[in-house]
Amino acid sequence: MSNAVSALQGEVYKGFATVADVGPSGMIALRGDLGAAKLKGAVKKATGVAVPGMRKAGFAGDNGVCWMSPDELLILCPYESAGDMTTALQEALAGTHHLAANVSDARARIVVSGGDMREVLAKLTPADVSAAAFVPGDFRRSRLAQVPAAFWMADDETVEVVCFRSVARYVFDILKNAAIPGSEAGFMGT
Amino acid sequence: MLILHCPYCGTDADETELAPGGEAHLKRFGPGSQDADFEAYLFARENPMGVHFERWRHANGCGKWFHAARCTTTLEVFGTYSAQTLDPPQEIRDAITAKRPGWRWRDFA
Ligand SMILES: [Zn+2]
Repeated sequence: MSNAVSALQGEVYKGFATVADVGPSGMIALRGDLGAAKLKGAVKKATGVAVPGMRKAGFAGDNGVCWMSPDELLILCPYESAGDMTTALQEALAGTHHLAANVSDARARIVVSGGDMREVLAKLTPADVSAAAFVPGDFRRSRLAQVPAAFWMADDETVEVVCFRSVARYVFDILKNAAIPGSEAGFMGT
Repeated sequence: MLILHCPYCGTDADETELAPGGEAHLKRFGPGSQDADFEAYLFARENPMGVHFERWRHANGCGKWFHAARCTTTLEVFGTYSAQTLDPPQEIRDAITAKRPGWRWRDFA
């Protein structure tokens, strides 16, 4: 058994906000009819979380379910649980048109925390991340500088970002650059 | 900056989240069709000053394709709508008529 590591191997940068690699993180891509009772039941049973509404994310304990598109969810869980959870979803949805894939090793998960974390994000994405438009429970797919990324707020001072593993270094470095002390734009009123 | 409302994820996405997909409502002419029809399908495109129909993809977002009706001279957006249609829905046509009475685009009016 190989020793799984995240692309950034736990790197942390402390600027006016803290940027930190979460480390190996479980992620499952689930596609199917999000309105179907069978899928809703399977997701709830596997994760303990109900299928969220458009651009929302729900959490229960270590698990989370995020709305990616009208036919796709991103399931978050501990790295070690992803394999079994994927199998459980596949078994629960057998006979239904769906796709459940363990994408844990294809993605990176980075957390930006601190009172000014909205500033860091706002420098890199066209999405409205002001307190009026983006709060815990919301989920947004957009871009960070030149690459696609998705983000959600864990609490009022913490935002989590997922991106492709192949661009993990790029995303970490632009977040780090945006968090350099003295580069606060003061635009978000924090 | 062009901002289009994505009908699939409800986001008002600016153009840096979007990928252009060219002219909308093209009818495909494939094997067995007349050469002139095939040529027109491949190459003949509208290039209007004014009302235009386009395909866009919310590439840095939910990933879905959708349609947009807008004005090429003012960048005014009349509306966006589902990709699962062969022609613009009535509310889009009405929105255009309200702003550009007498508009015409290919076979639509
Ligand atoms: Zn969208």
